[in-house]
Amino acid sequence: MTEFAAARAVLVRHAGGHGLRLGLLVVVVVIVAVVVLIQRQRHKDRTTMEVASPSVAAGGAPVATVGYSEPIPPGRYHFTDLVRAEWTKLRTVRSTGWTLLVTVVLGLGISAIATAETRAHWSSTPPGGHVGFDPTATSLIGIFVAQFAVGALGVLAMSGEYSSGTIRATFSAAPSRLRVLAAKLLVFGVLAVVFAEVVSFASFFLGQALLSSPATHATLSTPGALRAVVGCGLYVAALGLLALGLATMTRYTAAALSTFVGILLIAPLIVQALPSSLSLDIRRFLPDRIGATILTTTGPPNPFAFSPWIGLGVLALYVVGVNVIGAFLLVRRDA
Amino acid sequence: MINAQGLTKHYGAKVAVDDLTFEVRPGAVTGFLGPNGSGKSTTMRMIMGLDAPTRGTVTVNGQRVGDLRWPLREVGALLEARAFHPGRTARAHLTMLAQTNRLPARRVDDLLELVGLSAVADQRAGKFSLGMGQRLGIAAALLGDPGVLIFDEPVNGLDPDGIRWVRHLLRGLAAEGRTVFVSSHLMSEMSLTADEVVIIGRGRLIDQTAIGELLARSAHQFVRVRSPQASTVAPALERDGATVTLEDDGSLSVRGLDAASVGEVAATLGATLHELSTQSASLEEAFMELTDTSVEYRGAPTDAARTVEAP
Repeated sequence: MTEFAAARAVLVRHAGGHGLRLGLLVVVVVIVAVVVLIQRQRHKDRTTMEVASPSVAAGGAPVATVGYSEPIPPGRYHFTDLVRAEWTKLRTVRSTGWTLLVTVVLGLGISAIATAETRAHWSSTPPGGHVGFDPTATSLIGIFVAQFAVGALGVLAMSGEYSSGTIRATFSAAPSRLRVLAAKLLVFGVLAVVFAEVVSFASFFLGQALLSSPATHATLSTPGALRAVVGCGLYVAALGLLALGLATMTRYTAAALSTFVGILLIAPLIVQALPSSLSLDIRRFLPDRIGATILTTTGPPNPFAFSPWIGLGVLALYVVGVNVIGAFLLVRRDA
Repeated sequence: MINAQGLTKHYGAKVAVDDLTFEVRPGAVTGFLGPNGSGKSTTMRMIMGLDAPTRGTVTVNGQRVGDLRWPLREVGALLEARAFHPGRTARAHLTMLAQTNRLPARRVDDLLELVGLSAVADQRAGKFSLGMGQRLGIAAALLGDPGVLIFDEPVNGLDPDGIRWVRHLLRGLAAEGRTVFVSSHLMSEMSLTADEVVIIGRGRLIDQTAIGELLARSAHQFVRVRSPQASTVAPALERDGATVTLEDDGSLSVRGLDAASVGEVAATLGATLHELSTQSASLEEAFMELTDTSVEYRGAPTDAARTVEAP
């Protein structure tokens, strides 16, 4: 069973089939709405407009204003200049806003549905049905799903430069490719961590508020809860950086995005098909199991999983590895 | 100043640029001419440090572009049409480039004004026509007020007004003492803009020369003369070493003398001239003649063409 199937089982067990259907419906509606909106915007973009070039006669010598009299600053272009430019790039494309919006909607939406449904069916569940109920994990399932949106943002942050040709403008202005990549990773990484943590905490508090009495709820001082909430944000941000690294390696949106989704959804199925002596040992290295362990706070530890922080460390190694390969290719290849 | 020494680029077995040595001097527009696929864009990308040469070096102001302290302030390039994110506004595109080289925001406004895109500065650039996209690219190239400018086919997709504007701009930039290097596959376009030309075919240097010299050398250039006294003018011109052909329409085609000399000969005879014009309408032919042996793909694929397709 994949971790998503496990997450769904949690939803089924605690929220009932009704809640699950509702949750999936919300996800589908959100995704369809976003795709439709983006397509419409694309269509609008395609309708070309025309503004005439300046008249040679009217302007006289157009080069009169080309000149720029301010003195050239000492030194050379600095990492902070690149960080500023990368921040401008990230905030001036629509995909950033859209993917962040989807992250919030999925994170908070699914969390709200899962916890509210659990609360609604709490009393009708037979005694013993609540054994092992994990209020923290239930409230974090949304952001666990939202990892795909953050991954898409990571991919687009890099692949968008290649698909548009902006990368050549960027490297003409700042030929130090490693420093450009470092600035991009820093800007995206900070945004991803801050944003994922905010959504993670918000999902937790929203979920716990909806798990009103008689349902049991958690607080940040519940054993494992703070770790799960903080860890979940870090996990999602790390996946975003992994996705960015995949885009640096492949240079294509589709290739990077399908690799990213494949690692999270397909790889577990392939490993599953291996003999169990092998699959159980390999399984622990897959990001989705690492993530599931991070957000789980109840029950005995899974013997076939890394402990939460070790798991995050392993994930961090993947992020470093993929980005080192990406950096190597970025420097070596023609832009 | 751009200086290429033995610049060579291989893509697998295919040689895109082959031992190219040339110099582009400041204060002039230097045309970079060659048929499509002759290696012009590859050369320009190597100048900008985007493609690594297989052999050889190329410097801008004596330094590799990668070593420049403020690249945008020394060299600006328009390498391809629409090299910007379609979802980003014109202003945002220029702003992020300006920030890399610590140029003030005011500079972005100035350039938008210069290329006539102020009114659409906050529109997504994906909506722009090809010509507007070219102008945004030109604005990006000029952003840092660089002394060296590289334009790859800048008039592609422009309307006649836009073409005139670009010509005027290029000439103005050169007049200010900048180094202006412009590629084109159209000889006729270059004859209107360039002072010098670097001609390549199949990645090899064919010629580097002043454009006037190239035209004068061309076998296709001649002076057309119409005169009621054609029968006296023609022998006089031939005495001065010209080859004179009487055309069907009664005009004389004079080769071997320039228009000024023809005019002087006519003046000493007291002949009336109804037309005295230098004919270079077949410039394209001259260019084709020069590059004929180096056109990449003609008819059946050659061995070189086949190796490209090999994995």
